[in-house]
This record gives sequence, structure tokens and C-alpha cells, in this order.
Amino acid sequence: MKAEENELLKDFTPEQVTRLNEIINKHKGKPGGLIPVLEEAQVALEYLPISVQKKIALELNLPLSRIYGVVTFYSFFTMTPRGKHTVRVCLGTACYVRGGKAIADTLKKEFGIQDGETTPDRMFTLETIRCLGACGLGPVLVVNEDVHGRVKPSKVREILSQYT
Amino acid sequence: MSTVKLTIDNRKIEVEAGTTILEAAQKNGIKIPTLCAWTEINHTPGACRVCMTEVEGQRSLIAACVFPVSEGMVVRTNTEKVRHARKMIVELLLANHPQECNFCVRNGSCDLQKVAEFVGLKEVRFDYTQFPKEGMIDRSSPSIVRDSRKCIECHRCVTVCEQIQTVSVLTPAHRGSDVRVVPAFDLPLVESNCIACGQCILVCPVGALYEKDDVDLVWKALQDPTKHVIVQEAPAIRAALGEEFGMPPGSLVTGKMIAALRRLGFDKVFDTNFTADLTIIEEGNELLKRVKEGGTLPMITSCSPGWIKFCEHFYPDLLDHLSTCKSPQQMFGALAKTYYAELSGIDPKDIVSVSIMPCTAKKFEAQRPEMNSSGFRDVDYVLTTRELGRMIKEGGLDFVNLPDEDYDAPMGEYTGAGTIFGATGGVMEAALRTVYAVVTGENLPSLDITPVRGLEGVKEATVKVGALGDVKIAVAHGLGNARKIMDKIREGKADYAFIEIMCCPGGCISGGGEPIPTNNEIRVLRSAALYKDDGNVQKKRQSHENESVKKLYDNFLKEPLGHKSHKLLHTKYVKRGDELPHRKDD
Repeated sequence: MKAEENELLKDFTPEQVTRLNEIINKHKGKPGGLIPVLEEAQVALEYLPISVQKKIALELNLPLSRIYGVVTFYSFFTMTPRGKHTVRVCLGTACYVRGGKAIADTLKKEFGIQDGETTPDRMFTLETIRCLGACGLGPVLVVNEDVHGRVKPSKVREILSQYT
Repeated sequence: MSTVKLTIDNRKIEVEAGTTILEAAQKNGIKIPTLCAWTEINHTPGACRVCMTEVEGQRSLIAACVFPVSEGMVVRTNTEKVRHARKMIVELLLANHPQECNFCVRNGSCDLQKVAEFVGLKEVRFDYTQFPKEGMIDRSSPSIVRDSRKCIECHRCVTVCEQIQTVSVLTPAHRGSDVRVVPAFDLPLVESNCIACGQCILVCPVGALYEKDDVDLVWKALQDPTKHVIVQEAPAIRAALGEEFGMPPGSLVTGKMIAALRRLGFDKVFDTNFTADLTIIEEGNELLKRVKEGGTLPMITSCSPGWIKFCEHFYPDLLDHLSTCKSPQQMFGALAKTYYAELSGIDPKDIVSVSIMPCTAKKFEAQRPEMNSSGFRDVDYVLTTRELGRMIKEGGLDFVNLPDEDYDAPMGEYTGAGTIFGATGGVMEAALRTVYAVVTGENLPSLDITPVRGLEGVKEATVKVGALGDVKIAVAHGLGNARKIMDKIREGKADYAFIEIMCCPGGCISGGGEPIPTNNEIRVLRSAALYKDDGNVQKKRQSHENESVKKLYDNFLKEPLGHKSHKLLHTKYVKRGDELPHRKDD
């Protein structure tokens, strides 16, 4: 048990580790507890590296392979740290034909990262998504909870500058 | 049991309620192709979509493997619509599958190949040539190769690993077209808790999982005039090798196997059964010593290297329960380069010791650092039954028509007790025969100990052994069953004296290196061949009657559990349990 705690403390603060233990204890022993644990851990820790998955496997007595399968299946979970702000570009059909791809390319160039990655300063995480149901506003760029519609590549930098 | 009447392809049939269309068809000799269903392990994910059928009253085509039958149901398996759909499905599967059949290890035993023929596929209209090898083939394990390019996502391997063996190394990971079957964190197999049993290989419909092939290394040794190459074969080989050449399952081919090995150029053909008999002497005495001196009980057999690795990973606190005896393969290896080298006057550095095993975990075992007690690597190369089959084909031998030949002396002599090691319960039966004789000075009233035979997952029995009184024993095969016993021991609720555990369901006759297909029907037939060898072919049926083993003690080892035995025939285990739990759902 000690070894896992130490491994966790390399990635997280003691408070975060305590929080993780609370989350696990809340759902431990209940059927179907895995997804709620992962969900709350993702929110509390912002990402689910190997150390967290090992801890959850051990505590819930589930195969590590199962945890990994679930974590990689749902796009909500990430194994790498997330940035302070999440930038999502819609590449659904409507946004795509109205230039969503160019927005995505501009962001990749601006950040120097690929889809799903985080900038080295941990400010921004870039994601592409398929359709938000705001097709009338396409191409759509979502930063955190803010939806920006009818975005042009030349406006991208200005939008991002609001987020510090 | 209530039954249901239905019609499949104009034939009226009656089956148990709750049966799927696929099972109903199979039971009545109607063939529906499938690539993912494997009912023996309750695996019907409905993933491959090849088993399409038309059911009257249903709007769309129905996957037969997941759809239960109902009263009056009318099913058609070969209408224009069905044939067109499944042809397209197989075409799409092939569009995402390397067309390497000519040099694929599963050429001829591949389900995808057979299904493509079944559905009458004539062409693949999509570009199917782009398959990067980079990062898609995992050769890290000494036992098993995974080729993700060929995987068709049937997930049989995932089920067998998680539900039957409860090792849970493999999982489908990622999403959509990126889905791949991998160990956690996409780690190489060798860094996972894989116990190398190879049961995944037996259920893989294609060439995505196969044994690490060491055939070329053995050919090379055979061609080297400075090397003296000797070979041992596990009992399970003689009960299965014939299948590689179209012989019916259950054919006992000991004599032909020996003839084939000689013709391939092995200098001496010996038998793992010789050291199986030796194992019984050592292990039997170890058990008696533990009983008399208050050692750790129950004692558990240690012949099965997949089981050993499993115990090291998941029950590291119970390693003291394992017999310290090496497996027969490794006893043989240690003696080959000491005892046999001395007898034959050959420098052990010039001896190459090869073993033919039904097992992929044996490849792992042979390279364990503990297995060098002769001063050399005790077993140089391990080939599976399938690899030997390929070697015999490559050697141009007409296996089926080979004459029967006999083993070389002295490490080729064996008794019926040695040969039944290959079936679940066999080691227990062999041990009881000898332990009874040692304790009472008499033979068991009947040498057939039937309660330990057969495919039931956990078998228990109590045998009255003279002054020892009632000896309670248990036998488990398949690691899911092993867990039931191990958990009992952990909770202090196991009152057995002696336990046999075999890694693979059915024992070695269905090890991960055995011919494909392997299923329950074939397991029964292969076991029967070994019991036939024991009951009808061998004159001696008790390990302590093996004259060559007696000579080995007289001239070399001196006594069971003695100094030399300790050095050559016994071993230590490694705690690997700082890793993770891998349990199936309760």
C-alpha cells in the first residue's frame, strides 16, 4: 500500500491523494462503482495517470486491464494532465464544411501541439469534437464553457487572449 | 426442461428454450459461419456479424449467436439477402486484414480463411495492402507473439484470459477504429502479468496470437556436427501430434513420434515421462516429509509453469505451499547435462537439450534464471506440439505412415504413472499410487483412481493411506478453478494434504501449444489416449517400478531429497505479487 501512495505523491499533492481515497471509499464495494470513481477522480485530479489507475484497480479489486479499457474508451477521461483551459473545435459535418478544419489547423500551429495534447505551459488542451448541436453557428470553437460561433482563423488568437 | 419448436431452412427442429439460433443450428447439423462466438466459454459478443440470418417477422438481419429461439420461429440461413450480407461483412473484415496467408502461422487452421471460403468470397474490392508492422507486432514475450494487424476484434482471447484463467491481462482499449486488444497501458506482454499459458492462442480465430517460433534454432542445432542434440517429449504430445497430420483426435502416436524425431536428426530420443516418474519419487517423498515433520500443508504440485507464474503473481503469500520439485521438463534438462553427460562421456557444453511441450509457458520456464543448475542452461529450446508438426512437415516426413519405434535408453523408460501427467488429475493419481506403496508396502487395491479423472473444475477425494490414515486431496485445472482452492487456503479453510493444480483447462493435453482446434470434445479424446497408454499399453503403472529411475538413484542421485536432488531437481520461487489484482467479477 505504501508503494502506491508514494507513486501517487509523485503526481499529486497529499490533499489530492486524500480526496482520491475519499472518492474510492464512497463507491467501494458497490456494483458498477468503477465509472463514478473514475469520473470523480478525473474531476478532482484533472487526469488519470497510471498511478491513479493502479490505485483504483487495487482498491476496487478489478483488473488493471479493465480500468485501462474504460479510461481509453470514454473521451471524458484523460491520462495526461489537462491544461487550465480546454479548447474544443467542432469538426462535425456542418462546422467542417464551414471551415472548422482551418480553425483546428490554426490552433495546432498556434499551440504547437496535436489533437488531445496540452501545451507545455499547461494553459491549453486542444480537442476536436463532432457536433455540439450548434450547427447554425458553425464553425464553432468552445473554450471551457464559452461557445464562440462563426469563428475565422484570423480571430483565433484574439479569442484565446481572453483566457489567461 | 421446456423446449421450443422452430424451423431453420425448412427443417423443423426442437431445442431447449433459451438456446440461441446459432446453437440450435449447430446442434442440428446446420452450419452458420461465425468468427467470434465460442460457446464453451460463454463468449458470444455478437461482434463479428458473420452469423447473419433472416428471421420471419424481423425487420433486419439477425445475428444468430445472440438471438434466442422462440416457439414457431422461422429462420433462414442461406437466402440471397443473408448470403450477400455476410459476404460483404467478410470482405470488409479482409479489407482490414493483412493478406499474408501464404506465410501465416495459421495458414490452413485459420477460421477467417475458412469463413471466406464458406461465404464464397471471390475478391476484396478495397485497398488492403497498407499494414504498418511498426508497433503492431509484440514479440517481447518468450512464449507468445501478438500481431495486432491480424486481430479481428472477436475478443475471445480477452474472455479466456479474464473469465477462464482469471489473469485478465488482455483488454480491448481505445475507441472506434482505434480499438485494439492490448495489455493495460499498451505495455509489451512481457511487462504485464501474462502467465504465458497460451489459452488465448487456442481460441484466436486468426494469426493474431501464436507461439514464439523456435523451429529454426532447433534445425540449426541439428545441422551442427559438433552438437549432440537430445530431445524429450511431454506426455500430451503423443496424444495430440497426430491431429497435425489429419489423424483423429485421441490417436496415440508415441511410436511414430519417436520415428519422426530420429529422422529429423535428433541423436537421442528420450522422454519427459522418465522424469515424470522421477518427479513422483521426489514429490511423493517431499509430501511424506512434510506430513511427518510438520511442514507446510497442503502441498501443491509444481509441474505446470503457467500455474507457477500465476501463483507468484497472485498468491505470493502462499509460495511455501508449492512443492520445491522442478517440473519434469526441467528435471530432465538438469540431468541431461550432468547424469547423461557422465554416462555417455559427452562434454555437457556440446549437448543441446530440446523439449517438445504442449505448452507455451514452458518456453518461459526454460529461460528462468533458476533453471541453470547443470552449470548450463538446462533446457536449450522448447518447441510446442504445433512447432514439431511444422518441423516434421518441413522435414518431408509422411508422419501417418511412419513405423513405430522405441525410445532410447536410459532416459526413455517410463511407466503409466508418468504418461497420465498430461491429463488433469494425472499427477495426483500417479503420486497416490506411489505414496500408498511407500507407506503401506503394498499396491493400492485399484490403481485406477477415477474420482480425480475427468473435466470437472475442482475434484476432491479422500484416500486411506495405511498409517497416514485418511488423506484428503484436491485437483483443479484452469486457473479460475485454482483460485477457488487458493482462496480457501488463504482463508485457512483448506484441510487437504495434497493438491494438484494445472494451469490449462483439461491439463496439458489442452495446453497453449497443442493442435488447433482444441475444445472440450477433443480434450476428452486426448485424455482417453493417455489413460489408454497407462491402462493398456504400459506394463508398469507405478513410478517407483521404473528400473531406469531406480538406476539413476543407485548410481547418481543416491537418495530422494538428497544432496544431488536438492541441487538439480528442486528450485525456488519468486514473489511477483507487488503487482496488481486481476480477478474476474464475482
